[in-house]
Amino acid sequence: MDAELMEIRQHMSQFSPFDVLCDALLDEVAGQIEVRYFKAGNDILLLNAEAREFCYIRSGAVEVYRRQGELYNRLGEGDIFGHFNLLRDHKVRFPAKALEDTLIYFISDAVFQYLCEQDEHFADFVELERPRLETIAEEQMRSNDMMVTRIRRLLSRPPVTVSVETSVQDAALQMSKDQASALLVVRPCAPDAPRCFHDVDGETRQVCGIITNSDFRTRIVAKGLSAQTPVGEVVSPTLITAQSDLSIYEAMLTMLRNNVQHLPVLYRQRPMGLVHLSDIIRYETHSGLYLVSNIFSRLSVEGLARLVPDVRAAFVRMVQEGANSQMVGSALSTIGRSFTHRLLELAESALGPPPVPYAFMVNGSMARNEQSIVTDQDNALVLDDSFNPELHDGYFQRLATFVSDGLDACGYTYCKGDIMATNVRWRQPLRVWKGYFRGWMSEPTPETLLHSSIFFDLDSAYGDAAMVGQLQDLIAEQAPRSPLFLAAMARNALNRTPPLGFFRTFVMESDGKQNNLINLKRRGTAPMVDVIRVHALACGSKAQNTFERLDDIHQTPLLTSGVSDKLRYAFEYLCLSRLRHQAIDIEKDRAPNNNIEPENVEGSERHALKDAFQALSNAQKFLKFRYPLPGSQAGRR
Amino acid sequence: MLDIRPRQKIIRADWAAYMRDRAASAQPAAVRQFFATPPPAPDTPIAEVPMVALDMETTGLDERRHAIVSLGIVPFTLERITPAKRRYWMVKPSRSLSASSIAYHHITHSEIAGAPDFDAVIDELLAAIAGKIVVVHFRNIERPFLDAAVRVRRGEGVLFPMIDTMSLEARLYRQSLWARFRRWLGRPPVSIRLNASRARYGLPAYQGHHALTDALATAELLQAQMATHYHPETPLSALWC
Repeated sequence: MDAELMEIRQHMSQFSPFDVLCDALLDEVAGQIEVRYFKAGNDILLLNAEAREFCYIRSGAVEVYRRQGELYNRLGEGDIFGHFNLLRDHKVRFPAKALEDTLIYFISDAVFQYLCEQDEHFADFVELERPRLETIAEEQMRSNDMMVTRIRRLLSRPPVTVSVETSVQDAALQMSKDQASALLVVRPCAPDAPRCFHDVDGETRQVCGIITNSDFRTRIVAKGLSAQTPVGEVVSPTLITAQSDLSIYEAMLTMLRNNVQHLPVLYRQRPMGLVHLSDIIRYETHSGLYLVSNIFSRLSVEGLARLVPDVRAAFVRMVQEGANSQMVGSALSTIGRSFTHRLLELAESALGPPPVPYAFMVNGSMARNEQSIVTDQDNALVLDDSFNPELHDGYFQRLATFVSDGLDACGYTYCKGDIMATNVRWRQPLRVWKGYFRGWMSEPTPETLLHSSIFFDLDSAYGDAAMVGQLQDLIAEQAPRSPLFLAAMARNALNRTPPLGFFRTFVMESDGKQNNLINLKRRGTAPMVDVIRVHALACGSKAQNTFERLDDIHQTPLLTSGVSDKLRYAFEYLCLSRLRHQAIDIEKDRAPNNNIEPENVEGSERHALKDAFQALSNAQKFLKFRYPLPGSQAGRR
Repeated sequence: MLDIRPRQKIIRADWAAYMRDRAASAQPAAVRQFFATPPPAPDTPIAEVPMVALDMETTGLDERRHAIVSLGIVPFTLERITPAKRRYWMVKPSRSLSASSIAYHHITHSEIAGAPDFDAVIDELLAAIAGKIVVVHFRNIERPFLDAAVRVRRGEGVLFPMIDTMSLEARLYRQSLWARFRRWLGRPPVSIRLNASRARYGLPAYQGHHALTDALATAELLQAQMATHYHPETPLSALWC
């Protein structure tokens, strides 16, 4: 027992951003706090008062307001507030009030500045919205799989070993029997020799070399050695090995640097296995590409449907290994397109060749290359203008039904809004489609606006891609010149708003209501996609992917500098959070969905999500002003 | 634990006069100095009173048979508690530690072995609390133990006004009409122990029995009591005893 007040330190050590402070810094902070009790309803920080401290909630609950009195946030145990006031001009801009009886720890400005200087994580945490999301997004990029995954991950079995005196012929037989492309050569040794270990029989052995497929060619056959030569005489004297905790990336570098294709992996001195360069390449491409080649080799819908668990497994792995949302989104979209493609091939082989050329158009998230594991199908058929409904539609109806049923069997459920090629309205020749699109842009109605938000994310998955290209060109040309359409789309993009943030096990709505679930697609990613689509339409971008659209928007003066980056980080975070919760659902054997439960959202994720919601909310507010209804008051101003 | 009940009769002493007398008559230097720095006048509003929460751990409950083991103080006002200005002393008890008190405070023989006699901390302790109002939870430990320990070593004891958060709780939950009504109904009395009292104000439960933690807990409790039941203008004399 000493003179420390352990209560304070221990409590702070459990909450962000104090949880990651080193012990010495945490001691300093905990040793310098001041405490005050506030009765429910009492003011903690008054608007425009001098700000000399920020606050940590030891117990109770606090509401933070904007200057205008609008609720900004509701906070509970372990949360901090008031730090924005210290970052600006030391005036309270966000007043705070105790919602329950509350015990506050005050931390002085001096300590705050010191912490910002001393601890990068702390500084990141308390910085304003953009830098915090930016840091998290970048951290995730850095911690990408190859850099952090250990080489031991790739070992599938113990190495095949032979003794030095084994003949090369027996060694070759052993390799064939074990289907190994290389063997480790071992010999008895003293217990203190380098690379010595105890084999399964408890004998002390030393790895003295490796013999590979190509050694048989270069070191034995080419040199005319007898098949009875002991392997010990032909092994390479230098042996390149890797420790089992080396990252895959470093292991790959080791192989390239030393020009070897096999790498024995050791745990301390014990050989754990062999890695071949192709293992690494396979690993790197595992998630998407191996599945794709698998999809194309399937001969039936049932065969395709059996790949669904593989898709889920690949998805979970990508998320766990820190892939960003673009990587996951494009991998899943590629897989989705491959299913579509293969189903169309199967349909054509069952129904015969198409009577007129067509393009199978995909819409929504697949067109944007932003699919998640929970997705329905949005598709349509664009037919050649020589299409004659009486003669040809029977074929295309059967084709559409085959594909749509097949997609449903593969986990891409039917579209509830009937945006599918099975709907005759969305199975039309190119000129009809052009007529649709022109009409939607010149005379938007509530219904066509909904169509625009689905069909104006469009890409060809199979067939004559040029027809879909013509439709993309048409949109890019006409949309920027259709202010009424843009204004209507902008208003439509405001229908779904983000929540304010989290409070304990609830989602906080801006009107103070609390929900215990949030649909991250409906309240986060989808409205963000909507907002960015409006800007993309306005600048005539032909990009379909939201990030690529942001790149195009960035080239124009539509958004002030920095805003597109802010949206990019916010969107990335929202997508990633959604993917992460879906991966958790799959891992826990639950059906993945778009919902997240606040109690499953950790401290720093809460803060980052709140920032992302804020960025979305700001972007929505801006949209209203940027695309005023022509002739309205806002337009004249 | 033991069922401690506060004394029902509160003696309203004229503390200001008593402190003046002692300042004039006290012989030992530390004691004289202590009384020469009197606490705020009885009519001072509580919001303006500098306070210091005090807690001590003892080997038992009887100041004639048991001894002080450790003391912790945390200065505060109604505005702020300042743990940074805390002080903590461990002292070697003049009477040996019993096994039960070790189990209770987790202070062991070896920790105590290196500690000084209480005499060595008297000057510092009295200087640290002089001029402030001492706040304790259950004054019938702190007051007699402190008085006895100083008296034994310096020839004169120290008695001074204190605010007792437990007796403030007792006024509300043991002596009020409501409390009597409850008693009349045969309901068990509301607990006025430190953690139970704190819980009524939404204050978190602390792992008790470290003198500093309990001093902090007492300071927080007083802030909560004042914020809930009293006006900041309440004169000190209405609270001390």
